[in-house]
Amino acid sequence: MNRAMSRVAHEVIERNRGLTDLTLVGIRTGGVHLAHRLAARLKEIEGAVLPVGALDITLYRDDLNKMREQPAVRKTEIGFDFTDKIVILVDDVLFTGRTIRAAMDQLIDFGRPREIQLAVLIDRGHRELPIRANYVGKSFPTSPEEKVKVLLKEEGEDDRVIIENAA
Amino acid sequence: MPLKSKDLISIKDLDRDDLRLILDTAESFKEVGAREIKKVPTLRGKTVVNLFFEPSTRTRTSFELAAKRLSADVVNISASGSSVAKGESLLDTARNIQAMQSDLIIVRHPCAGAPVLLARNVSSAIINAGDGAHEHPTQALLDLFTIRERKKRLEGLTVAIVGDVLHSRVARSAIAALKMVGSTIRLVGPPTMIPREVAHWGVEVFYQYEEALKGADVIMILRLQLERQGRGLFPTLREYANLYGLTARRLAMAKDDVLVMHPGPINRGVEISPDVADGLSSAILAQATNGVAVRMAVLYLLSGVAKHEPVDP
Repeated sequence: MNRAMSRVAHEVIERNRGLTDLTLVGIRTGGVHLAHRLAARLKEIEGAVLPVGALDITLYRDDLNKMREQPAVRKTEIGFDFTDKIVILVDDVLFTGRTIRAAMDQLIDFGRPREIQLAVLIDRGHRELPIRANYVGKSFPTSPEEKVKVLLKEEGEDDRVIIENAA
Repeated sequence: MPLKSKDLISIKDLDRDDLRLILDTAESFKEVGAREIKKVPTLRGKTVVNLFFEPSTRTRTSFELAAKRLSADVVNISASGSSVAKGESLLDTARNIQAMQSDLIIVRHPCAGAPVLLARNVSSAIINAGDGAHEHPTQALLDLFTIRERKKRLEGLTVAIVGDVLHSRVARSAIAALKMVGSTIRLVGPPTMIPREVAHWGVEVFYQYEEALKGADVIMILRLQLERQGRGLFPTLREYANLYGLTARRLAMAKDDVLVMHPGPINRGVEISPDVADGLSSAILAQATNGVAVRMAVLYLLSGVAKHEPVDP
């Protein structure tokens, strides 16, 4: 996982020719931890500290009407203005793309970034929307029924990715 | 974890977990109110009806803003200027609103029990915005939210509730909620305005304002409901202000960091002096701000359980 994050960090620097005007926004919960890790790695390499925000997309979900009960809403905390800057959205797993759609809609309610890029640790395929990540830690072919979980030490686990059969 | 009830009629419909869920959710919604674009698409396509049979500025506006910030469609109906004035019964009005596919109905009514009558007869979620002298649950929730925000805790606080407890639905809801979270409650007011049933409420009763203020963390002032008076419960307004008005001199008897709250609208110079209402201890405007966040949380949490057929996740 560390090697994957290091590679993503180098790709971010290469693609953007440095860290000028870059900001990071993690999608709760896993994405926020990964955004902080990415920021730490970028600081090691380039010495610059990027602002990191946290996005909770619950209020922008497209499946609220289909759920039996309302999911818990947590706070969105973006303590900086990203107008005319580049926002790199960070999430743990890219699957249908619906989370990213919700995240982009919400970001645009906060301001008008010059560009939105997407970094994910795992791309497991099965997109339902035309969305593609700019930076991928690792691509995992999965079947739609499987569940992919990223466990992180920030949540009190060992860093690892588990794939479960939804049997 | 969802709320257990389809409606919010009384604080007694909730348990401690529900209370915490509502307050935590409201914290997230408070952040939405601080954004430049104070709107999220969460309740798009839902219809919220404000059905108010009594005058209200704060509560109705607060619910309306809460619903609009969640992108719901909002309709306001007040007793005057609607077919209620033509003699339509409460249930008929509500059934007709329901027939227009409402999802949530917020009701304020002079008669205790009106919201529960609706809850039993229509499928929309019913939120009680004040019924007679019974309850006003969202007011108690926003009071708790404000106390928790300022004091960082709810347990173990001493809260003095002052004034016309007899007519006050705000007091009844607040007492139920504060008891649930483990606060000590003191009631103080003229003996004519302290109802006899307080003996069963598990609260301390004072008739001397100063006694009740000693060591208080929070002072909750009740509005003197001038429209419900005229029955000789106290001699004159001036005497009431003298005995039960919160002045700077009385405020000094409570703890240094005491919080002064009032559900509004305030009668300046009667139950609270202007310098206290506008002073550093006052949380009155914070209550209004928090009211919108708390009502967004209630609308959100009740909107999902209202009338949808369960779908497998």
